[in-house]
Amino acid sequence: MEAINSIPLNYYIILSTALFCIGALGVMTRRNAIIMFMCIELMLNAVNLLMVAFSRYLGDSNGQVFVFFIMAVAAAEVAVGLAILIMIYRNANTSDTEVLNELKW
Amino acid sequence: MSITLIIFWFLSFLALISAAIVVFAKNPVHSVLFLIITFFAIAGHYLLLSAQFLAAVHIIVYAGAIMVLFLYVIMMLNLNKETEPHKKPLIKFIAVIAAGLLMLTLVAAFKGAEITVVTAADPSIGSVETLGKVLFKEFLLPFEVSSILFLAAMVGAVYLSKKDLN
Repeated sequence: MEAINSIPLNYYIILSTALFCIGALGVMTRRNAIIMFMCIELMLNAVNLLMVAFSRYLGDSNGQVFVFFIMAVAAAEVAVGLAILIMIYRNANTSDTEVLNELKW
Repeated sequence: MSITLIIFWFLSFLALISAAIVVFAKNPVHSVLFLIITFFAIAGHYLLLSAQFLAAVHIIVYAGAIMVLFLYVIMMLNLNKETEPHKKPLIKFIAVIAAGLLMLTLVAAFKGAEITVVTAADPSIGSVETLGKVLFKEFLLPFEVSSILFLAAMVGAVYLSKKDLN
């Protein structure tokens, strides 16, 4: 049950890249701000997965501590981001990013 | 084909397919539910990489806290309908091309990279004991600073969602 013996590191690199690109695709195609936010979480998780894989394959536990900190920052980010979304919804009555274009030049 | 490889492929396909459904589902609640499946698949990968502590933290923080927050906001704002207007097909097509090119570029860049793999790496680097020692010896200051970050985020979230800011 040890991944390091039977799975090449390249598999994890390609898997994380694919997850990251799916997240980026979601940010580009969707208009609902909450779904875009979830796609950003997906991209964060792709990077986390790659970091854990590198940490395991290079035998260094610092990478896993970094992933722990990324998770902590992501939790704080989600709390503040969703509060901002609720405030925007209360003022503009929508979460559609095409309508929220006040700052667009 | 060893059992580890079969588990790896299963978890990878589960993660990728449910991630694609997150992006393409019309109902936001379905997106949240499939994102939870993706997170469980990623937690399975962490277990496969013998990072037990991170797998547990990942389930608790993401599936337990963050996704509940997302569901709560979607239900509160009453967005659980398929009313989202979609972008123009041309923009969607361009986005798919751009994401595909990004994938191609990253994979090509990583292909040339030479990575020295330590095959005899200590399997206990993902255990609670090792990570706890590293966290409280080398990363004690960042650990304490992150608690200030949490306090600031908490105050900010409460302040932002107050009904009337004056």
